[in-house]
Amino acid sequence: MVRPMARAATTTDAFNAVAEPRRREILDALASGERPVNDLVRQLGLPQPQVSKHLRVLREVGAVEIREDGRRRLYRLNGRALKPIHDWVKEYEQTWSDRFDLMDVVLDELKDKEEEDGSHA
Amino acid sequence: MAVMPDRRATLTLPTDEQILITREFDAPRHLVYRALTEPKLVERWWHAKRGRVIVAEIDLRIGGTWRYVMVADNGMEVGFHGTYREIVPDERIVTTEVYEGLPDGVSEDDAATVNTASLAGDDERTTFTLLIQATSKLSRDAIIDSGMELGLQDALDLLEQTADSLR
Repeated sequence: MVRPMARAATTTDAFNAVAEPRRREILDALASGERPVNDLVRQLGLPQPQVSKHLRVLREVGAVEIREDGRRRLYRLNGRALKPIHDWVKEYEQTWSDRFDLMDVVLDELKDKEEEDGSHA
Repeated sequence: MAVMPDRRATLTLPTDEQILITREFDAPRHLVYRALTEPKLVERWWHAKRGRVIVAEIDLRIGGTWRYVMVADNGMEVGFHGTYREIVPDERIVTTEVYEGLPDGVSEDDAATVNTASLAGDDERTTFTLLIQATSKLSRDAIIDSGMELGLQDALDLLEQTADSLR
């Protein structure tokens, strides 16, 4: 079977790069266009060193590139290679999220039943 | 209309061979444990709104096996099975898990993961964590292939339409 996310053996695994929730937020933010780091800091509500660290990881796997614009450095998405992974991680998380939502319904019923049984005891 | 708290599952990959999923529930541990271990209850959530569960077999003892199969909305059958390695009621279940649609040439031993489900909390709330430990990047990628094959993106559209009616 062809693996759509085949990748070189590097110390920074592309899956790890996109499997950090904050890094996925950065990728999503950059999907709408290139942004300076301050924009990302504001949007994510994280300290700049942390955002910079996430950006560095994303750059190492080629998901994010820098463009110099005068004195500004603009970050932009180079997500073509990583998009399948990004999509998959989000989707896998969503699958579990949906399972858990269904479990909430089951658990509410079990709680109600226990309370009923308790009141009849 | 009932207010649903925002309780999204969070997923991280602590290492190249691990997937970690965490979620909180407004229910005591023993009930979450029941939802994870009783076939009639598993049937109701394991399909993730993407189809229906047609097999939910659970032989809940060390060395016992389990098997879940669902028919996805796109018609595809998706099955998983495994063997229980450790069972601590209301606290911890360790089991192997292997996808039944492995590509040719991939052995079950290579592709199996060891999943540790842990429950922590009190009489009101439970923190559920599921650590999926693959034996190699290969087996982690097998998990990824299994998700890809489901055609889950299509099912998401359906999900959006039905989510409101389920709440």
